Amino acid sequence: MNYFDLLRLAAPETVLVGTALFVLALGLWQTRAQALCSAVAAAGLLFASSAVLMLPPQASLFNGMLVITPLVSLFKIICLALAFFTVILARQLGSRHHGEYLALLLLATVGLMLLVGSEELLVIFIGLELTGLSLYVMAAFDKASVHSAEAGLKYFLFGSTASAFTLFGISLVYGMTGATSLAAIAPKLSPMTPLLAAGLVMTLIGFAFKVAAAPFHLWAPDTYQGAPPPSAAFIASASKVASFVVLGKIVLVGFGPAQGAAGWHAMIAGWSPLLAVLAALSILVGNLAALAQSNVRRLLAYSAVAHAGYTLLGLVAGGRDGFSATLFYTTIYAFTLVGAFGVVALVRHQTGGDDFVHFSGLRRRSPWLAGCMAVFMLSLAGLPPLAGFFGKFYLFSAALHAGANYSLLWLVALALLGSLISFYYYLLVLKVIFVDQNASAVTPVRIDSLQRVSIVFLAAVIVLLGMFPGGLVWKISSSLP
Amino acid sequence: MIAWTIYVTFGGALLLLFLPHFLARWMALLTTLTGFAISLNAFFDGTDGATFQTIVQLPWIRALGFEYHLAVDGISLTMCLVTSLTAVSAVLFSWDVEERPNEFFFWLLLVVGGSYGVFLSADLFLLFVFYELVIVPKYFLIAIWGSTNKEYGAMKLTLYSFFGGALALIGIIAIYVAAGGQTLDLQQLAQIQFAPPFQRWVFPVLFLGFAVLAGIWPLHTWAPTGHVAAPTAGSMLLAGIVMKLGAYAALRVALNLLPLGFQIWSKWIALLGVIGIIYAAGVALRQRDLKFVIGYSSVSHMGFVLLGLATANALGVGGAVLQMFSHGVIAALLFAVAGRMIYRRTHTRDLDALSAMNLSHALPFAAFSFVIASAASMGIPGFSGFAAEITILLGTWKSFPVAVLLTGAGMVLVAAFTLRALKKTFFGDVRLQQGRVLTDPDSNEQSAISAAEKWGAGLLICATLAAGIYPKLLLDRIMPAVEAMRFLKP
Repeated sequence: MNYFDLLRLAAPETVLVGTALFVLALGLWQTRAQALCSAVAAAGLLFASSAVLMLPPQASLFNGMLVITPLVSLFKIICLALAFFTVILARQLGSRHHGEYLALLLLATVGLMLLVGSEELLVIFIGLELTGLSLYVMAAFDKASVHSAEAGLKYFLFGSTASAFTLFGISLVYGMTGATSLAAIAPKLSPMTPLLAAGLVMTLIGFAFKVAAAPFHLWAPDTYQGAPPPSAAFIASASKVASFVVLGKIVLVGFGPAQGAAGWHAMIAGWSPLLAVLAALSILVGNLAALAQSNVRRLLAYSAVAHAGYTLLGLVAGGRDGFSATLFYTTIYAFTLVGAFGVVALVRHQTGGDDFVHFSGLRRRSPWLAGCMAVFMLSLAGLPPLAGFFGKFYLFSAALHAGANYSLLWLVALALLGSLISFYYYLLVLKVIFVDQNASAVTPVRIDSLQRVSIVFLAAVIVLLGMFPGGLVWKISSSLP
Repeated sequence: MIAWTIYVTFGGALLLLFLPHFLARWMALLTTLTGFAISLNAFFDGTDGATFQTIVQLPWIRALGFEYHLAVDGISLTMCLVTSLTAVSAVLFSWDVEERPNEFFFWLLLVVGGSYGVFLSADLFLLFVFYELVIVPKYFLIAIWGSTNKEYGAMKLTLYSFFGGALALIGIIAIYVAAGGQTLDLQQLAQIQFAPPFQRWVFPVLFLGFAVLAGIWPLHTWAPTGHVAAPTAGSMLLAGIVMKLGAYAALRVALNLLPLGFQIWSKWIALLGVIGIIYAAGVALRQRDLKFVIGYSSVSHMGFVLLGLATANALGVGGAVLQMFSHGVIAALLFAVAGRMIYRRTHTRDLDALSAMNLSHALPFAAFSFVIASAASMGIPGFSGFAAEITILLGTWKSFPVAVLLTGAGMVLVAAFTLRALKKTFFGDVRLQQGRVLTDPDSNEQSAISAAEKWGAGLLICATLAAGIYPKLLLDRIMPAVEAMRFLKP
């Protein structure tokens, strides 16, 4: 194993880091060259995805520090695609420091790729930190806005605390098992000591924070609302996808023997009941809190908490089906949310805000945007023929299949109750857009064509994945071991 | 061939979005008429209707074993026919929609297309997709183009539908898992004998989920509010088609897949059905708003459908299907008269206000249509309502003799509120009559009934008469299909 191999297998990350440095330099040298910076960043992302495609199908370096499997490649490409759409969204930021912003975005993406592509706790932690630090700055990037500073600060304080927990947890796990590689941890878990249990729980806390599961969700509303829209979109989408991938790997591969069971009358201690409680809390808290919101971004934040809860259902169920359902759901959720944030960003750019009032009568101002927003909202609510519906069906059927004798029925019923609540507030957004007539705001929303195309493209993806989900499901489930 | 009803309707809906305003209604009419022609042709096609005959079967989501599988039997054919009938007349009765017509007909056609889909699906997943597809269009139809308290009514109706869908989804997933997680094909599932304890808990969940949309008491309250808030065409579709979706899905899925669960729960269904008939009729008797009267009458008539299903014998279930057809036509006609013919001209639906207007002279055609619809609704021989309800009662006599007596009392109430509404609306108190129609001075509404309205009403009247005078026409298709169902008592 020489360094050339490392460079070859880490080619996508290398390309991205190079692009990030180049964009940073370009931004410093030419503060007005925003379009150029965006183009270079986008090209770097495309180049990195083609590098991912050229990787060998299976490889593992340094005891699982860098792993390449079909699953890893697939999710690296998904992260890159989400970053690509974020670059397009960020065109409207209008900051003098566009180069820096894009460089941070690219570095965060590198962190996500490390997260996805590692089966070793230390590298996973490095990935977490690289992503986290870049995202903290991205959230606070709008220096002129107090809310952005608040968003960044809250995200940072909660995030660093959660990281501390995770690191402590990892050290406990290492202390008890003597290993940091996931595959090596699993066999040594069998005599479960209290200290080891504490280690597992603490490790999971950091991820519960990343995916914004209640009760570790308190940063989400302010960050989603205050951060610049592209940053919020990236935090809500790509960061979440990668976190679910790695969380799934940790619990299913690393902590596999300590699964336990989350059945209603048959709880057995382990991470599965822990995640079940997190899921149940997230679904309830997220949906109930979202009911009371009158700001679209805040509403999306609370609904994100609820969706983290649904997504956890697949992991609670465990097994190949459950993991596959989780991955499918988080992927389509990410694309939906990037689209929704895209619409929010455009409306905000035009009207100066993102409360319900600013969306009122959007149908007349921009039928295309309104139509796309309808697709995103209804997909989040889980209505056919949109991707969210199939995602939920897949998740729930995996959950019900997992527990013997339908023991996870309580969680599925709770999730469906949550969907019912969520349907109400998503419908409220659509009511504001389609039903309310706001005579004062009839100026059409001006959209640059690239953003319009990308939002319509995302909406089309959601519709198509809803009607023909088979391909992606097959791709995910066949790439799972 | 009948699969094309789905494609034509959705295609027409999409096309509508890109047409100029003045073409919208013509496009909608063309689409629904094509659907009508296809359904009519399929109905009289000479197939026996007994077997659930596959027309399209394509792999869809291989990973989970779902197929794009459409099939028809006599029940599907009948339901498609009533869907297309109601759709055509709904378009004719919304000929005057001026506000955002393209969107209006777009949502309307989505409801129609989704309904065809439900009636033709032979894969449970596909059926549920179509079933849920109908929810959102209903919301927009009511919230944008509705009247009285429209946003409340729309939201209530939509949430109830979604709630029902969520309950049904639990049942569907449970069935999927119990059947091994390989298929949701209705024909294959019908071969499986699920374990009795499983059927005991899944059946009520699944049945209740679907029955919400059929207006089962006590989950019926969305229906009157929703019907009142909806625009005329919306009420027609809701009462004429959407309520049938629930009953049809309950029959096709819950009853047929879980016969043991059905046996355990059937008496409770009959009880709820009878309560629905009597309670809704009693409430209708006290309403002041004409549309509320009709809304509650819908709940009452759907009670007959549930009662018929609960009998679990061929006569009762066949009658229930006939009642679905009959009520679809009658309710559509009643709402058309109340919402379009009367309300658009008088701008009131208050029974006392209407009784002072002498409408039978001002709007003779409306009076004529309403008398026919009322007669059919009361179950007077010669109209479809009679044929359906007598069949249901004959079936009920075999299974629940007591229910027949109670239902008889309910039918008296139905006659009472129908006659009350008829008298107050068209044949009001002579001393109060002012001898003219109160029209809004600001609107240029023509008092004469337009040709579109006449065609729409004529179509529905012909349908109820045809089914009433010669019910064999429908029963020849329905009965073989019902007799092939596996939950029937010997």
